[in-house]
Amino acid sequence: MKNIFLIFTTLFLFTLSAGAQNFITKNGKISLFSKTDAENIDAVNNQAVSVINTQTGSVAFSVLVNGFLFKKALMQEHFNENYLESGKYPKATFKGSIVDMSKVDFKKDGSYNVTVTGDLNMHNVTNKVTVPAVIVVKGNSLSANTTFKVKLDDYKIAVPKVVENNISKTIELKVDCNYEAR
Amino acid sequence: MKTLKIWFLFLLMGMFYKAGAQDTTDLMNLLEKEMTSSKDMTYYTTATFKTTRLVNGHSVENVAKGVLDVKISHRFGNLNEGFYELFGLDKATMRIGFDYGISNNLMIGVGRSTYQKTYDAFFKLKILRQSKGKRKMPITLSYVPTIAYRSLKWQDPSIKNYATSRLFYSHQLIIGRKFSEGTSFQLMPTFIHQNLVTGANDPNDLFAIGIGGRQKITKRISINVEYYYQLEDYKLPGTRNSLSVGFDIETGGHVFQVHFTNSPGMNERTFIADTKGRWDKGDILFGFNISRVFTIRNKH
Repeated sequence: MKNIFLIFTTLFLFTLSAGAQNFITKNGKISLFSKTDAENIDAVNNQAVSVINTQTGSVAFSVLVNGFLFKKALMQEHFNENYLESGKYPKATFKGSIVDMSKVDFKKDGSYNVTVTGDLNMHNVTNKVTVPAVIVVKGNSLSANTTFKVKLDDYKIAVPKVVENNISKTIELKVDCNYEAR
Repeated sequence: MKTLKIWFLFLLMGMFYKAGAQDTTDLMNLLEKEMTSSKDMTYYTTATFKTTRLVNGHSVENVAKGVLDVKISHRFGNLNEGFYELFGLDKATMRIGFDYGISNNLMIGVGRSTYQKTYDAFFKLKILRQSKGKRKMPITLSYVPTIAYRSLKWQDPSIKNYATSRLFYSHQLIIGRKFSEGTSFQLMPTFIHQNLVTGANDPNDLFAIGIGGRQKITKRISINVEYYYQLEDYKLPGTRNSLSVGFDIETGGHVFQVHFTNSPGMNERTFIADTKGRWDKGDILFGFNISRVFTIRNKH
């Protein structure tokens, strides 16, 4: 009995210390792209903060909406004032996890295709999203990237009739982050 | 002793399970700590007004760097001129202007009005920006000097006329504050200098205090009000204070401003110091400004 007790305690402590590894980035890159016949709109945010817990597979992102930079100043002003209303809703977040943890070995260098699912919160609306992603492990750092599409209607982002030919109803989001162990 | 150990085992397993379930919340808490806290970042206020003019006069807004703003303004005749003049629509004065952003804090502009055939030029310098967070500033402060050249032919060509008699200058400090997403106010202390005045006792130096504001009624439409109060000993005789009320309508790259005012002029001297109309007598005229923005040099 004493042995079983010791084994359990050691196992428990071992899993605690071995797995509690967080990988963090404060300069994650998130770009958005809208394509229409009238014009293309793109913007980049280079200050996304994200954390991946390699033991549990949990993934989280937090992004300041007014950190998206556009080439045209007026586009950036309208994006913040009228569309995303960043004065009212300053952050966009993602809370989720890697679905198929068995597909990735965080201790072995390589490129792994995984699926990530979770809650994406933008403009005060939360929707469940499931996206394919690529995780690349290299030594003590890892990088992750994914591309997926969101519908403006799903997040109650309204486009006035005057400009509906200039803004696509579906926006492509690209995430590209390099994480360091913490 | 045996039961105690079994109980302890269950306790350990329970703690392990709880740690896993709280994981996502802990992750978000970790993210919150990592994101530069609001104490360390400065958030500058944007979009205090929808465009660089309130109604007739300047607002605290500047045109962004590398952006050209083409401004076409019309002022019609008085509403009380009746149906024959189509309530003033038959008489129109027009100003065309070009504003350009040299940097995000400095813009320049030129324009020409048909009213008294006046050419005007100005620059607007943003001195203070409203902000919160690490650096707190309650107001946006801008300085706008303007110069106007009235190119009408001399009334009496036989006497010695000086080119400098055609020049008018104004200096304005614009103090603005965005109180909430939809409400902004500004104060505009103004100094105007005329080289040549009509009467021997007319002052060359005029002072006025402007006050104005906007209230958004939808995301893209606001009501604007602008009033310039002239100081008693520093105004031209027979002139009235300028009062204007209008709407700003923003659509993509345009801002339309439609309003009623008692001032037919569109540069500082004419609307602040040379308004003769009276609101209570119906000397009100309809006018509009159209602003169209072109990005000449992209931000990056």
